[in-house]
Amino acid sequence: MTEFTELAIRHVTKTYVVDDMPLPVLQDVSLSVLPGEFVSIVGASGCGKSTLLRLIVGLDDVYRGEILLGGTQVSGPGADRGIVFQDHRLFPWLTLTENVALALDAFPLPTEEKAQRVRDAIALVGLSGFERARPAQLSGGMAQRAAIARALVRRPAILLLDEPLGALDSLNRTRFQDALLDIWEAQRTTVIMVTHDVEEAVYLSTRIVVMEPRPGRIRSVIPVELAARDRAAPDFVALKQRVLADLRH
Amino acid sequence: MSGATLSEALRAARGGAVPWSRGLVLPFALALVWVWSVHVGWLSGPLAIQPERILLAPFDDAAGREIWRAIAASVLRYAGGAGIGILLGLALGAAMGLSSTVERASGGSFHALRQITLFAWIPLLTAWFGNGEASKIVYIALSAFFPVALNTATGLRNVPTSYREVSRVLSLSRRQEIRRVLLPAALPAITIGIEIALISAWIGTVGAEYAIGNGRGIGTFVSEGREQFRMDIVIIGVIALAATGYLATRVCRRLSSLALMRASGLT
Repeated sequence: MTEFTELAIRHVTKTYVVDDMPLPVLQDVSLSVLPGEFVSIVGASGCGKSTLLRLIVGLDDVYRGEILLGGTQVSGPGADRGIVFQDHRLFPWLTLTENVALALDAFPLPTEEKAQRVRDAIALVGLSGFERARPAQLSGGMAQRAAIARALVRRPAILLLDEPLGALDSLNRTRFQDALLDIWEAQRTTVIMVTHDVEEAVYLSTRIVVMEPRPGRIRSVIPVELAARDRAAPDFVALKQRVLADLRH
Repeated sequence: MSGATLSEALRAARGGAVPWSRGLVLPFALALVWVWSVHVGWLSGPLAIQPERILLAPFDDAAGREIWRAIAASVLRYAGGAGIGILLGLALGAAMGLSSTVERASGGSFHALRQITLFAWIPLLTAWFGNGEASKIVYIALSAFFPVALNTATGLRNVPTSYREVSRVLSLSRRQEIRRVLLPAALPAITIGIEIALISAWIGTVGAEYAIGNGRGIGTFVSEGREQFRMDIVIIGVIALAATGYLATRVCRRLSSLALMRASGLT
């Protein structure tokens, strides 16, 4: 994780074909993300922000342009990238520990080390004590944290979050945001998060990417330089207004 | 769906909310009416038979005592035929559900053969395998094969894309994906296929014994009883048929769910 793993997205264009008609979803998207950054992508539905995450994680290889991680072209999913989907996608027949451990199934590690890593990841997201619980026994927020543990146990250089807080109520959301910050600060992983919520983006990120729809393009990239993470502070509110203005533009 | 909720759902679907004692009232009342009307003489002739005759039939004369060996023969035949059919059904169903090449190559023939009513197989099977044990076993296996193959294939094919994406993101090998993701996700469908197969194989067992009339078995026992006008034998045969079928499917269902749970690591 200490190696230089810059993510470089260069002139990425992605087109779906719907009813024999080409439907552009991403048009000439370029973005560089440095190690340790927390980048949020905001934008209206249909701006291709989730598609961009799918391209980065390697679930979709059909596009023009380049996506480079540490200088090499991304092809297919790999251990250097972890993703958390909007729905937690834990397997209901596995316990929390088994779900997290499944991420290491394909890893050439001694069993003892795997077990230790799984315990560490579960502790990191604050779920110690729930190791034997099944997903159905966890609350929405806990399941989402378990999904983060599953992504982090592989120690990826980049953690991709696709609206991970979308299904949570506002109280759990705020709690989860602080948990996410703690995790990010503890791991120093690069995070790229897709969200609808502008306040959340301002609160968590070091940079905000505003996208516009049809076709999906980057409208602006706004650095977040705040004196403190205080939702009521004037600079916080001003920045939030600026992002909202860019979205409405 | 966790193991607990699955078994709860299955239990609920099977019913059983009515207490035992209440369910027994009607059959006992009917039996009483029967005993009474035969005693009084309302019912007479060779078909009107004393219920106690029926209960004595399995212990009385040589023809009646044959029932025990008939039950054993039927159960053995059922276990063999259903076992072969279920294993082959699992194999072909898994191949069709996991490989689109196999599905394209054999799916059409499979769905065409599935349309054939089971009883229509009997003339063909007896022509191929003779009028004996082999035909019966093949027939029972066929009746178990189709539901298992169909449910296994559909269950595997219908595993949600979201699950498949997770296994891709976690870089699971195909083997790991099948074992850890696809099989457990398809397990409820496979279990239902096996349950249907266990019932359909019992119907197949009795049907084969009826239609291919030689050898031992409850089906043969009942049809011989009818030819000899032994209503006691017919009725005790039908009772044995129902009871044995019920117990055999129960036991097999328990065994197969245990085996499946172990295979998918749920225990």
